[in-house]
Amino acid sequence: MGNTANKQMICEVLMEAAKTDKNIVALCSDSRGSGSFTPFAQNYPEQFVETGIAEQNLVSIAAGLAKCGKKAYAVSPACFLSTRSYEQCKIDVAYSDTNVKLIGISGGVSYGALGMSHHSAQDIAALSAIPNMRVYIPSDAYQTEALTKALLKDEKPAYIRVGRNAVDPVYEEGNVPFEMDHATVVCDGSDAAIVACGEMVKPAKDAAKLLGQEGISVRVLDMYCVKPLDREAVIETAKNVKAIVTVEEHAPFGGLGSMVAQVVGEHCPKKVVNLSLPDAPVITGTSKEVFDHYGLNAEGIAAKVREILD
Amino acid sequence: MREENGQKRAEYEQIKAEKNLKRLAYDLREDTVDLICAGKAGHIGGDMSVMEILVELYFRQMNISPENQEDKNRDLFVLSKGHSVEAYYSVLAEKGFFSKEELHRTFSKFGSKFIGHPNNKLPGIEMNSGSLGHGLPVCVGMAKAGKMDGRTYRVYTVMGDGELAEGSVWEGAMAASHYKLDNLCAIVDRNRLQISGNTEDVMAHDDLCERFRSFGWYVIDVADGNDIDELHAAFEEAKTVKGKPTMLIANTIKGKGSSVMENQVSWHHKVPSAEEYTQIMEDFKRAKEAF
Repeated sequence: MGNTANKQMICEVLMEAAKTDKNIVALCSDSRGSGSFTPFAQNYPEQFVETGIAEQNLVSIAAGLAKCGKKAYAVSPACFLSTRSYEQCKIDVAYSDTNVKLIGISGGVSYGALGMSHHSAQDIAALSAIPNMRVYIPSDAYQTEALTKALLKDEKPAYIRVGRNAVDPVYEEGNVPFEMDHATVVCDGSDAAIVACGEMVKPAKDAAKLLGQEGISVRVLDMYCVKPLDREAVIETAKNVKAIVTVEEHAPFGGLGSMVAQVVGEHCPKKVVNLSLPDAPVITGTSKEVFDHYGLNAEGIAAKVREILD
Repeated sequence: MREENGQKRAEYEQIKAEKNLKRLAYDLREDTVDLICAGKAGHIGGDMSVMEILVELYFRQMNISPENQEDKNRDLFVLSKGHSVEAYYSVLAEKGFFSKEELHRTFSKFGSKFIGHPNNKLPGIEMNSGSLGHGLPVCVGMAKAGKMDGRTYRVYTVMGDGELAEGSVWEGAMAASHYKLDNLCAIVDRNRLQISGNTEDVMAHDDLCERFRSFGWYVIDVADGNDIDELHAAFEEAKTVKGKPTMLIANTIKGKGSSVMENQVSWHHKVPSAEEYTQIMEDFKRAKEAF
């Protein structure tokens, strides 16, 4: 399971739950293939709604279904779901308080060379700014499984961003520390901290290992719960390290780095440096090539930690 | 004043018992104008044009009341043209969902629950609206849920004609016919005016009936959308349609009921002056006397 794509894990958890819960409904906007939801559509046709390429309609229909007791999971590329349907997310989901889970697939720069139209580097900022909207970005398939199961138990709106490809696991089978809305300490350390989310957690963990070999002790915090941000974990971390590096697959403004800096600045001022995508269309390439180019890999993160500790 | 209200209430009950909805529509026009004057704000022109549609829905068509809010088979309504909220609040207060006194005392005032667009924290209101082009797609979801669960309820939404320029309306229209949602009935309050002027000058919609037919809808052209008898017949016809959603194009008059306001684009959003108020109320009284 470790190398299952996070989107596929969401589908597997929902299919298992749909066996006994007929109110679970998945909706796709011609995105069942890219969202790994074809098995759901095939196995539960009565609980699947296709809206065609119409993301605004996708979200509004999900809200209408939810108003009538359905647990609606709207699955669509994160780039379109988060900004094309932004107003529907704001009014029909968050403001009207409907039980819709917005599943943003192929988030960040997953689509690589397809270009800026297909990248979602604004979704954290956009969705986090909406009252009554939660934002989750799980790091690996194990955490995605735990998160999806936790979300099935509540009736509140949420946006969940996952990447396109299978990612190397951060955790291991049988040892997946997870508490809803609490950051996970991936490894502990006292010189510096790396706060990361989504696909950036694994390179952050690898960076901490590299730095450990040099005698630099680094704590890595998996902040899958971007909103509500685990403020206590951030404050406690800031108190115990000299500086913090935040890492995110997002534009430099309004994302995880901004939120962490806000909390640290208010409660325990320490140096916070954000590693992110640039405020520009990203260079053409696969997501790995893009990450490497902007230093969003273990070496780049380790270099930034060394730099701020100097 | 209290006694007067009591008398008015008794009169309403009698009117409703007689199904004299034509008069009720004018009583609620009076309430709506009073509400707008009290709150010092309101989309008065569209409130007047939509009134008979709301009265027919709430007092004759829909299975909905303050007592059945938890009933999963209750009919569902979304006011997609959320800016006609003053008419909507007046109808809901008359239906007993909340206090008319509190509504008039607090509407649009600091800290009020009675916001200038529908607020679903209030009893009787299913969804927040105000941003146009949301009601129809949301109602598609509600109607689809009804089909999935074998429910008997019907879903209604009222849109403005200017609202039809929103692309999301047509996304919803496509989905409604694709899913054969014959438990869905949408109404266009076709008053032909929007804030910038004549709808056909701002963004032409004619022939609206043909447009919706081409999207797979059963369309009923209601020649006089302020005639409650004609609306009644159209809603009854809609209930017999199988396999497709129904659209009522209700040809209404913006500012209906008063010579001061009718067909005047300047009355899209306006609070009457004292002089205008007197004339409006006189016009309403005369209209009622004709019934």
